Amino acid sequence: MSADAGTAIIGGGIVGLCLALGLAARGHDVLVLDGRDADMRASQGNFGLVWLQGKGAGYAPYGRWSLAAVQEWAGFARRLQDLSGVDLALRQEGGYEFFTDRAEFDAFGQDLHRQAAALGDGFSFELLSHGDLAQRLPGIGQKVVGASFCPLDGHVNPLRLHVALRRACLASGVRLAADTPVTTLRALDRGYEIAGPDRAIRADRVVLCAGLGAATLGPQLGFRAPIRAQRGELLITERVADPLPFLSSTIRQVDEGGLQIGGTKAESDRDSESTDQMAVLARHAVAVWPQLADIRVLRSWAALRVMTPDGYPIYQRAPDRAGAFLVTCHSGVTLAPLHATRLAAWIDDDPAAPDLEAFDERRFALS
Amino acid sequence: MNAASHFRDAPGMAPRSIRMSLDGETLLARPGETVAAALLAQSGDATRRTPVTGAGRTAFCMMGVCFDCLVTIDGRPNVQACMTPARDGMVIRRQIGARRLGDQP
Amino acid sequence: MSPDLVIIGAGPAGMTAARIAAEGGLRVVLLDEQDRAGGQIYRNLGAAAGRDWLGPDYARGADLLRGLNHPGITHQPRATVWRVDAARGVIWSRDGESHVTAAPHVLIATGAQERPVPFPGWTLPGVMPAGAAQILMKQSGMVAQDAILAGAGPLLYLVAAQMIAAGSPPKALVETGTDLRHALAKLPRALPAAMTLAKGLGLIRRIHGIPRHHGARDFRAVALAGGRIGFGFTTRKGPQELDCGLLLTHLGVIPQTHLTRSMGLTHDYDVAQQAWRPRLDAWGGSSRRGVRVAGDGGGIGGADAARAQGALAALAILHDAGRLDLDERDRRARPLRRALARALSLRPFLDAAYPVPKAFLAPPDDTIICRCEEVTAGAVREAAACGAHGLRLMRTALRTGMGPCQGRMCEPTVTGLIAQTTGCAPSALGPGRIRTPVKPVTLAEIAALGRQPEETA
Repeated sequence: MSADAGTAIIGGGIVGLCLALGLAARGHDVLVLDGRDADMRASQGNFGLVWLQGKGAGYAPYGRWSLAAVQEWAGFARRLQDLSGVDLALRQEGGYEFFTDRAEFDAFGQDLHRQAAALGDGFSFELLSHGDLAQRLPGIGQKVVGASFCPLDGHVNPLRLHVALRRACLASGVRLAADTPVTTLRALDRGYEIAGPDRAIRADRVVLCAGLGAATLGPQLGFRAPIRAQRGELLITERVADPLPFLSSTIRQVDEGGLQIGGTKAESDRDSESTDQMAVLARHAVAVWPQLADIRVLRSWAALRVMTPDGYPIYQRAPDRAGAFLVTCHSGVTLAPLHATRLAAWIDDDPAAPDLEAFDERRFALS
Repeated sequence: MNAASHFRDAPGMAPRSIRMSLDGETLLARPGETVAAALLAQSGDATRRTPVTGAGRTAFCMMGVCFDCLVTIDGRPNVQACMTPARDGMVIRRQIGARRLGDQP
Repeated sequence: MSPDLVIIGAGPAGMTAARIAAEGGLRVVLLDEQDRAGGQIYRNLGAAAGRDWLGPDYARGADLLRGLNHPGITHQPRATVWRVDAARGVIWSRDGESHVTAAPHVLIATGAQERPVPFPGWTLPGVMPAGAAQILMKQSGMVAQDAILAGAGPLLYLVAAQMIAAGSPPKALVETGTDLRHALAKLPRALPAAMTLAKGLGLIRRIHGIPRHHGARDFRAVALAGGRIGFGFTTRKGPQELDCGLLLTHLGVIPQTHLTRSMGLTHDYDVAQQAWRPRLDAWGGSSRRGVRVAGDGGGIGGADAARAQGALAALAILHDAGRLDLDERDRRARPLRRALARALSLRPFLDAAYPVPKAFLAPPDDTIICRCEEVTAGAVREAAACGAHGLRLMRTALRTGMGPCQGRMCEPTVTGLIAQTTGCAPSALGPGRIRTPVKPVTLAEIAALGRQPEETA
């Protein structure tokens, strides 16, 4: 019996779609199996940051990988826009991390020095006192004790990134199967059987990009998949005509004009918003930029991050057999350009592909 | 612009004794009336321009559901006129596009 | 002192429940978004003396308003509830400040909204829901002039009759079509409501002399000079072109479920009413303990049904609070259940007689269906064909429902368009997830909440 697909990608989020695009560009027959509309979807709850500062301070391979991604984003965005006709609104004009706590500011400064030591010339940053900041951003709140600034940081419109990837995939011949949840994976003599409540298909290769779903699907193919959920909440405001004069990791303006305020972390697998966290976010926004006080919140949002024990990606081949892969990460937007190119090459066993052993999940067995 | 109101007062209604301003011109209301009703009583014109395409809109649902009646009242942008009782001295401005950040001119 | 019961909405259900609960010894806080109690049906009744032309049904709410004069009831007007928090209580906003009112019992009586009637041109100034014109009559004594009424349903006839009585008759009545053959099959079940039916027929008789168009479809409005509206539609006689100052449309009402959905309560799709409603037991009990729903917010039944449901919920709350024993609760409930059955017996007839034409659930491509983000039906169809097969994926693709109305004006249509494009049932597409705040509030208000978790009302 012939397979239904050369490569089946389980998960139609940003990670899965990037890989689908990359594999299709390499000439593969790709089928993306996407779940239900109401499933947990980190790709529809994210902040759209293309972000470098602070990443990999404790793990140089992740820092280097993130740096390469940030450097390749502009070219990736152009290709994606050409394929999809969708404007991603990529802006890479630098971003701030604001602090209202002196000790946290100092500790983050140390992180950035370590990150700079690991990344060398490609990376730069500034540490700004409240006084420095007030000169650059006269509207800054009195409670902000300092900020870091990295000129490489930026953001995209995350919703349009998702739409662009879908359209680019379709334009590249990728097949997208909507409403197709997967519950069981089975290795056959040749290839894999992928089954859900509605249908079962066969594929020569399978790539698991199912976010939190990998925690239950992964072990069926011998992966450890040590993944947990971490809830992040966002506030979304009405449109504002004036451009916000800064981008930060917690406050950003989407190109349509509305603001996103986020950054909370709660160890929870429930994606409901909470009054406490809404208040924390609102207080933070007003502390950083007091002019925001009378801006209206249209809704809050909560979504679950897909977290590994150390927070870095897992790129993993199945331990015992060829043709099965686990791909999971928390920074799917930042890393998108690499997932659509170098990671696709790695899955393809291209000799020119990078060595990704640093992201092998066996690193967790050692500790 | 300059469309006449599409409403008239039913017989026996009290005169409009509340004085407000709309973009500098006098806007009258009767006690118990909302700002949206006063706007519709004065004219059939648009009272805002949408932030997306700049299309003209005016009060629509009159019950707080649709947010088409947004105006700036006493410097506060994007206020629902249909949920705001008219008061003497209110300074009302048509909402043109998205709101501004900070103080209104 | 914290109350025993928070009621959200001061329409017939909320006002009835408040009075019964207070008479039973409970301390009640009644939160309502309007300046005066009454809900939409009895809106502004307390200040509308002398407006006999609004008819006798409107005046029937007077006893409910009087019932609020009870020391156990604290009525909070202009209170916009934006979140019901399981731990903290009901969070509401007034004049830019938020308050939290906690109580062991919550009754949600948020009523109905008009069903959106989307067609090309429905966003133009000069096009309004008929219910909005009725609100202007009740609250401001303002009557539409040079107006056309278009659509279907009892409210259309009522507004027409009120306009005639106020001396400003509509210049035409354009009806989308009454499915009388289907409805007549339901008529025997509607006999208990014969009085209401007779009143309805009386209304229709009062609309003599007004030009009427039946079986109208393909609505289209364009802006003419001087702020007038050109209204095109098609009947069996062919294309028609009318013009008017105001085009007032109506296709019935649907439950307001943003609050109940934001709380994560279980909802079901009501196929006959083509809308979502919370799943309730015979006492208005929802899927969450301590939270009850009464009135049109739990499914459209009208004012008489809302009174009965409000009373039943209040009896159940009194029983839960240990103020009423089981026998007494059930004894007092018996006449209420009869009244409720009588009121609801008319619904299957009305739902069958005035079905929502499919063209308004899935309108032509050039119709703006999301008024906030200005998304057209054509864009929704195209995105659905590209795999946006659910409400959330559609929001991601086109921002439908992401503006200040939070989907209240577009969700039924987005649902209809996805269902039409993908072939699935509307019930498979929802209910869409609603997040708080269910009405916009400022960052300062939310920020201030964190410092005052204790209740302040």
